[in-house]
Amino acid sequence: MDHLLTARSLFGTTMAFHIIFATLGVGIPLMVLFAELLYQKTKDRDYAIMANRWTKGFAILLGIAIPSGTIAGVQLSLLWPGFMEVIGKVMSLPFQIEIYAFFVEALFMSIYVYAADRIAPWMRILSVTLVAIGAMASAILITNVHAFEGTPAGFRIENGEIVDVDPWAAFFNPSFVVTATHVVLSAFMTGAFVIASIAAYKMLRTHNHKRLYSFHRKALMLGLTVGGIFSLLTAMNGHESAQLLHEYQPEKLAAAEGLFETQSHAPLAIGGYTDRETQSVKWAIEIPWLLSFLAGNSFDTVVVGLNDFPEEWWPPLFVHTLFNAMVGIGMLLLLLSIIGFVWNKVLKRKEFPRWFMWPVISAGPLAMLGIEFGWIFACTGRQPWVIYRMMKTEEAVTQSTNLGTLFILFTIVYIFLFIAVVLVFKHYFGRHPVENELDKHQNHSLLV
Amino acid sequence: MTDELIAISILWGFIFIYAVMATMDFGAGFWSMIYINRQQTNATKIANRYLSPTWEVTNVFIVAIVVALFSFFPRATFILGTVLLIPGSIILLLLAIRSAFLVFAHMAPTYEKVLTYISGVSGILIPALLISVLPITHGEFIETIDGVSRLRLDRLFTSPHEYAFIGFAIASTLFLSSLLLADYSNYADEMEAYQVYRRDALMVGPIAFIMSLLIMVTMRNEARWLYDGMMDYLPWLIASVIMFLVAGAALFLPSMKHKGRKGMPRLAVIAIVLQYFFASYAYGKAHLPYMIYPDVTIQSGFTHPNTFRALFITYIVGFIILFPGFIYFWRLFMKDRRYLQQEKQK
Ligand code: HDD
Ligand code: HEM
Ligand code: HEM
Repeated sequence: MDHLLTARSLFGTTMAFHIIFATLGVGIPLMVLFAELLYQKTKDRDYAIMANRWTKGFAILLGIAIPSGTIAGVQLSLLWPGFMEVIGKVMSLPFQIEIYAFFVEALFMSIYVYAADRIAPWMRILSVTLVAIGAMASAILITNVHAFEGTPAGFRIENGEIVDVDPWAAFFNPSFVVTATHVVLSAFMTGAFVIASIAAYKMLRTHNHKRLYSFHRKALMLGLTVGGIFSLLTAMNGHESAQLLHEYQPEKLAAAEGLFETQSHAPLAIGGYTDRETQSVKWAIEIPWLLSFLAGNSFDTVVVGLNDFPEEWWPPLFVHTLFNAMVGIGMLLLLLSIIGFVWNKVLKRKEFPRWFMWPVISAGPLAMLGIEFGWIFACTGRQPWVIYRMMKTEEAVTQSTNLGTLFILFTIVYIFLFIAVVLVFKHYFGRHPVENELDKHQNHSLLV
Repeated sequence: MTDELIAISILWGFIFIYAVMATMDFGAGFWSMIYINRQQTNATKIANRYLSPTWEVTNVFIVAIVVALFSFFPRATFILGTVLLIPGSIILLLLAIRSAFLVFAHMAPTYEKVLTYISGVSGILIPALLISVLPITHGEFIETIDGVSRLRLDRLFTSPHEYAFIGFAIASTLFLSSLLLADYSNYADEMEAYQVYRRDALMVGPIAFIMSLLIMVTMRNEARWLYDGMMDYLPWLIASVIMFLVAGAALFLPSMKHKGRKGMPRLAVIAIVLQYFFASYAYGKAHLPYMIYPDVTIQSGFTHPNTFRALFITYIVGFIILFPGFIYFWRLFMKDRRYLQQEKQK
């Protein structure tokens, strides 16, 4: 692998690892908050137990989210010093504000976990709320940097010098709001579906134990409800993201859709793979006119094709598959939520059929895959630019060599940590089954 | 004060806070490892009780330092980022393993021992590596060919100066943390633990002091410009030594609050923090205007003025918002006896 490719792979691996824990770090606190609120409202202790157990799971995840995020933050400067020099001058506000969000989250997370038994219920709720807000804010802010890379604003480069810097204009760059919303909504959706997955799995295994079954059923309903709402919002907002690409990064949209010729009434290609030689998407299902409609809300919207750009500006063409996979997962999960809703609320059936548990079990992992595909699509689809039309990735990369060894080392550590976290989950929840908590009245510290 | 001076002072402030918090954090991890087999003294439990709620907050400071560095001094970050790729990556890997296992050790008590060993050992290696950034900024280990900067690891690891810093980092880590834990256990009325940590502090303190002298001796040969600069701040260095002696004395004087107890650990902690404050002030002042000698000064590496202004405002707003949070946190974990004295945690 050449130097640049190694650097990209290393950073991409770090991010792909971090995002698993980061997404749950945004999604789970929201679920804990809902459970706490439900407990205060219904006084049903099951919800308090849920909040408690999810918090423990969250605390384990934090053990990875925080160090992997620290790696991500420092690695940006180590691997992409050229990029960070520009970011330092123009776009450091979100990073700086993110620090405050981290502090809020870290302070109140410790308070919620280690001082739960010493603070009033309203203070507990306030603490989780602040944890949830802190996590959400850090996601919004870091995504803002990513948005800036796609739609840079607030500076110009003149003879290699950065001039006319307006940090707030950079902060409020054109795609900030839509992109950040997409990330937060999809994280909420993923957190909820992961909870639903676990609950569904447990329901299959405890169906002849009434008390346990009803506990997990409540968790399932909460997860499905929240997940359903947010999958709808994610899809709606994803549509807006795509329109933003149409406006600001047309070659990314063209690559996502495998569109080579500029045209109105452009078709939407679903599935298949993009073939460079024949300039077509092979094996795809084409829906005529739909792409134009999606891009600009009317069939005669002209969608720019790849051939209008020099070939060295084309993003890698496989992003079509990534994009399809993300959207496909979104549609699937939306469908799942609708079926669940109709079954439960419209047909008023109390129990879901057993077969329905299997798609629900897959919902959490699928949502997480959606996150991964979406991110790799967004970052890889930006190539060859690290800052769109301003700075090429190759200009940003470090001049130090020996990245290969580091790549291997980091990958080993990620795999190792991943295995460790799985083992700790199994160990902890194996030794503290929910049965124990359901009968014992517990009122002391939440952790250990 | 110029913008550059304000910026470097903020950065320096973060580094100082992190240095103090992190030494305590890493050291506590180390001590909890050392005393893990001595159930009767509670020394491990005290260390863990301090560590559990604080490590996350401490970790945010390291991120805050990196962010302050690249947002205020993008040019310096460019060079530092380039030369620190290898040591920086190693630090990151150790940090990741350590933080993860710190959390896991609490969650999986069966494996607590091995997990505590991992976090204890990495906790002592990290400060040793982190401090190496300082001698690297002294300049003689960076080689620039055709505009590309490179770290000469061979020169770094054959330099007595580097080893003086490493020794100092390890000794300081153990010293500060044992002092703090002595104070913490004293406050919690855990007498055996207090005795253990007081003894440790008395043992490592002089070693840390000797190491700091070694730094000065080797600096005289290897970074003369800095040595001369520091000599201009001799009064600060002397004040620092005096504080060290005050701390030593405080550990022997009889307690005023409790009859029959030896030592005033709170006073000792304050004195030692002041000792490090004075010494690092002298070091920092002498280092100016260089960020990295001799190429990068605080002026040459500075960010865009508009960005600086915007950042500065967020610092003020952020501080106002966060301050009550920190106070509340402090009261819950450092002052609340219900937390400090809770019965054996399960
Ligand atoms: C559960 C995850 C998930 C789901 C179901 C969806 N997305 Fe998404 N999408 C993401 C998770 C995600 C993400 C991981 O959060 C990304 C990566 C970068 C970003 O801003 O968000 C993303 C990026 C992203 C982008 C690229 C933005 C850019 O490059 O700047 C577009 C155009 C869409 N999405 C569109 C959609 C559409 C039309 C969906 C229809 C259902 C959809 N997404 C579902
Ligand atoms: C957390 C989820 C993310 C994932 C999974 C992810 C994935 C990736 C991948 C795979 C690459 C390599 C792209 C390629 O070369 O083909 C990359 C590059 C990059 N990403 Fe992301 N990314 C994520 C989030 C972010 C965010 C939030 C930022 C903004 C700070 C960001 C900034 C960058 C930069 C600067 C590069 C390197 C330069 C480049 O290749 O353009 N990434 N990322
Ligand atoms: C959009 C993708 C990302 C999301 C949603 C996200 C979210 C999070 C969350 C929720 C945490 C856990 C913090 C906590 O619970 O205390 C975290 C940690 C962290 N993330 Fe990410 N992150 C993303 C990408 C990045 C990137 C690209 C960077 C680097 C520039 C980064 C830097 C960090 C750092 C430094 C931490 C550790 C903070 C600490 O010490 O507490 N994150 N992130």
